[in-house]
Amino acid sequence: MEYANFELTKEMFERVPKEEKNIHEIVRPSETYWQDAWRRLKKNKLAMGGLFFVIFITLLAIIGPYLSPYNYYSQDFSIANQGPSRAHWFGTDPFGRDIFTRILYGARISLTVGYVASILNLTIGILYGGISGYFGGKVDNIMMRIVDTLYAIPMLLYVILIMVVIGAGLKSIIFALAIAYWLSMARIVRAQVLSLKQQEFVLAAKTLGAPHMRIILRHLIPNSIGPIIVTLTLSVPSAIFTEAFLSFIGLGVSAPMASWGVLASEAMETLYVYPYQMFFPALAISLTMLAFNFLGDGLRDALDPKMRK
Amino acid sequence: MLNYIIKRLVASIVTLWVIATATFFLMHAIPGGPFDTEKPLPPQIKANLEEKFGLNKPLSEQYMMYMKNLLKGDLGPSLKYEGRTVNDIIAYSFPTSAKLGIVTVICSLLLGTYLGVTAALNQGKWQDQLVMVIATLGVTVPSFVLATFLIYVFAVKLSLLPAIGFEGPEYYVMPVMALGGYSLSFIARLTRSSLLDVIRQDYIRTAKAKGLSRNTVIYKHALRNALIPIVTYLGPLTAGILTGSFVIEKIFGIPGLGREFVTGIYNRDYSMIMGLTVFDSFLLITFNFIVDILYAIIDPRIKLEA
Repeated sequence: MEYANFELTKEMFERVPKEEKNIHEIVRPSETYWQDAWRRLKKNKLAMGGLFFVIFITLLAIIGPYLSPYNYYSQDFSIANQGPSRAHWFGTDPFGRDIFTRILYGARISLTVGYVASILNLTIGILYGGISGYFGGKVDNIMMRIVDTLYAIPMLLYVILIMVVIGAGLKSIIFALAIAYWLSMARIVRAQVLSLKQQEFVLAAKTLGAPHMRIILRHLIPNSIGPIIVTLTLSVPSAIFTEAFLSFIGLGVSAPMASWGVLASEAMETLYVYPYQMFFPALAISLTMLAFNFLGDGLRDALDPKMRK
Repeated sequence: MLNYIIKRLVASIVTLWVIATATFFLMHAIPGGPFDTEKPLPPQIKANLEEKFGLNKPLSEQYMMYMKNLLKGDLGPSLKYEGRTVNDIIAYSFPTSAKLGIVTVICSLLLGTYLGVTAALNQGKWQDQLVMVIATLGVTVPSFVLATFLIYVFAVKLSLLPAIGFEGPEYYVMPVMALGGYSLSFIARLTRSSLLDVIRQDYIRTAKAKGLSRNTVIYKHALRNALIPIVTYLGPLTAGILTGSFVIEKIFGIPGLGREFVTGIYNRDYSMIMGLTVFDSFLLITFNFIVDILYAIIDPRIKLEA
């Protein structure tokens, strides 16, 4: 053999330098799910624009009314229907009320409806979808048949009916939206739970004797948080839109309070003469919906890289 | 196939029954009767009115009556329009809504597909970006905002189009644009992403390799498969146009079903609201049923189980 008199000499070996010894170690701290998502989200300019606008409009709705020298209800006919000026940034309405201030108060109502309705239907949807997906079998079958049946019903019709029954007003709108729009959340959560419950950590939790509700609430739901947040973000603008829609057909909050939909609906009457009265509420609604939609799309890409197109 | 159709049919009927029942009990849960106006009616007249509409009978009996009439297609009398039934009102106003709706569906389908194809074939270029901007705006701007914007530009500023009424072709332009804006944008996005998916598949490469012209490849091979998702959207599309018409018909003064519905809400005409809800739901469920079966026929890969 050729290798027979192959001799190992000391020179053939070299000590590994100290710094290379730790090469297998991860030097930088590993990123958590949220850091990773945030990093991806930051790269998406549209989504960040949306996020900043959402924060901006929310802050404005909270503190804006305190900073404004006007209120939403005092009428002063001597300054009615004035165009935008330095004193009244967005002009005044037929009752001499400052439109900018009314939009700020309107933001409170519209955003409250958006956030509260979304969070309520999130809660219903998560519990319903979680239970249905986790228990599976007959329970799942019956619960999903109910959802399918409800899904075929045009929900807006039902929101209108509920509003007619319980009367117009802020609480009614939130209630009607919350009980009508949880269906898609339930479906998404169920799909997530169905795939997650096969995994080992659920088996481990069961083996350790965790009760069902604990497994659903502490293990399954937190693991499907990505799609839940995306659905939540996208359901806020749809709630705001529905509120504006309802207000527009006369089922919204009552005067002198005004959501954006009410403002748009009131401005409809004076559109031919004073178009600016329509322009600003319409702009507020559109920009807010745009911002939430951009943010939602960005979050989908950031939280679930597999969904990327 | 037959099994599937029967299953879907039963599901549709059950849904319709749920809707009719829910609507009935919701309407009867309203505190105060429909004749509680601001000026209280003399008790005798009120009793006579309640007698006439059967409102003094027990709820279960009223429900049975209502269901029996519903099976015959009778939606009952309007409480506010003297001597007119809900069926009369539907017969009068449905054709108008249907015309507007059909024109809107056709326009948004054709234009939406066209925009989607243009965007997909020019992916990343300015045409694509323009379509995506239009599509994003169309999805986020509410229809009544779009409608007022159109009125302001075309009727107030340019005096090109009539703002109110529904008599000739020129009366269609703005309502159709406002009503179809959302669905057009949605269809454009859907077509774009679906076509982008399809043109990367092997059979398209085969078609190109055979030396077929670009147009044949796109329109005969790619678009056919790319349009399958659009068929699923037809159901929600009709629903959107139907509910969208509430606002649009009110804004443009179009004497259709949507306007009657909104007027019914203003007048607290409960039997109208009830009747129109059931009618609208019936339309939508029938349409969804047809679309589901069409879908299964068009795409043989879909398994007919449910």
